[in-house]
Amino acid sequence: MSVTISPKRLRREFVRKIKELSGQNLQLCYQCGMCSGVCPAVSNMDLSPRQIIELARLGLEEEIINSKTFWICASCLACTVNCPRGFDLSKMMEAIRLLTLRKNVDHVRPEEISPEERRTLPQIAMVSGLRKFTG
Amino acid sequence: MSLAYYPGCTLKTKAKNLEEPAIASMEVLGAKLEEIPRWNCCGAVYSLADDDLIHQVAPVRNLIRAKEQGGNELVTLCSFCLNTLKRANLLMKENAEKRNTLNSFMDEEIDYSGEVKVVHLLEVLRDEIGWESLAQKVKLPLRELKVAPYYGCTLLRPREVAIDSVENPTILHEFLKALGAAPVDFPESARCCGSYQIVSNPDDISGYAWDILSSALSRGAEALVLTCPLCDFNLGRGQEELRKQHSEFKGMPLFYFTQLLALALGIDPQVCHFELNYPGPESLLREKNLLSRGGSF
Repeated sequence: MSVTISPKRLRREFVRKIKELSGQNLQLCYQCGMCSGVCPAVSNMDLSPRQIIELARLGLEEEIINSKTFWICASCLACTVNCPRGFDLSKMMEAIRLLTLRKNVDHVRPEEISPEERRTLPQIAMVSGLRKFTG
Repeated sequence: MSLAYYPGCTLKTKAKNLEEPAIASMEVLGAKLEEIPRWNCCGAVYSLADDDLIHQVAPVRNLIRAKEQGGNELVTLCSFCLNTLKRANLLMKENAEKRNTLNSFMDEEIDYSGEVKVVHLLEVLRDEIGWESLAQKVKLPLRELKVAPYYGCTLLRPREVAIDSVENPTILHEFLKALGAAPVDFPESARCCGSYQIVSNPDDISGYAWDILSSALSRGAEALVLTCPLCDFNLGRGQEELRKQHSEFKGMPLFYFTQLLALALGIDPQVCHFELNYPGPESLLREKNLLSRGGSF
């Protein structure tokens, strides 16, 4: 993929919020791609976990927010335990989700969950799904 | 031995087949699981955002309930609950600023600073009962049952709450050996089943499930053993779709570890609630002569 990098496109506030919410130092990443290699969901993502980190530190808010990667992440923490730099990507993915959810934009609408699903899904699926996908 | 026990929501409804065989088995092993009073939902997932303290209130309240009982340990069966409670406990132990904020917010509660140790029942079996003692109590060895141990995510990650080695876990393998079964190693044993993505992207789940189940099958496993009701749902209910997608796939029974425990200890199979398992394990258990004692489900 190619992206245009320029001071005009840099969203400093977006980068600041990601750092604040995740508590992570984005500069730790040296782009080795271990996170993408161990991610079980990478084939369903449009941007790989490694790309998300790079785009975030370039302040490219638009590319990230328009991606579906952070909604596909299941917080399985395979990236977290395998990162050679100790960067906790699961916390960065959560921060990006929250930047959307806290604007009252839900990713899942509870009323659209079918009665059949409500009847069969285990409670931990409903609670965790609504925790991750609604504000 | 009496153990303070946190069941969590799913075990009281959809996953009775995880809870009931655990309670019966522990009694046979000389331990009573004492449910803590007034427990509430732990929140299922640990809050990963630095500023999100309100979601720590639910798990911490449960830890306070356990502290009030006077015990120093809280046992869980559901690996989601284990993870959420253990991480919240670590926060209360190690982060003085957040601990103070949470304690002040819950001013009706006693102060809490991580005094209770959160453990999974598998750890109790390994560390307090011991595999050898467990093996001696086995009345119906699960001979010839080839089982793939599936750890999933939350028993092992993140590293600071893992119940075993993150890279090379053996606790379920050792457990199976103590029961007389044959553990079947497979590379996907700690790979995510898709978890709560079942709520937003159910179509993706069958891909995750296929990676896990086909790998275990190709290594000769006849069944999978697991600890998490969400893994059970994604890997079990998802098999209907997998049979349509892969004509060679005939299905693979899944067991909660507590069901195999109860079966091996000679407890009436009705306690195991195999009727809640999907796909049903009856034909496999009959084939292996593992239902001969209790007779029926």
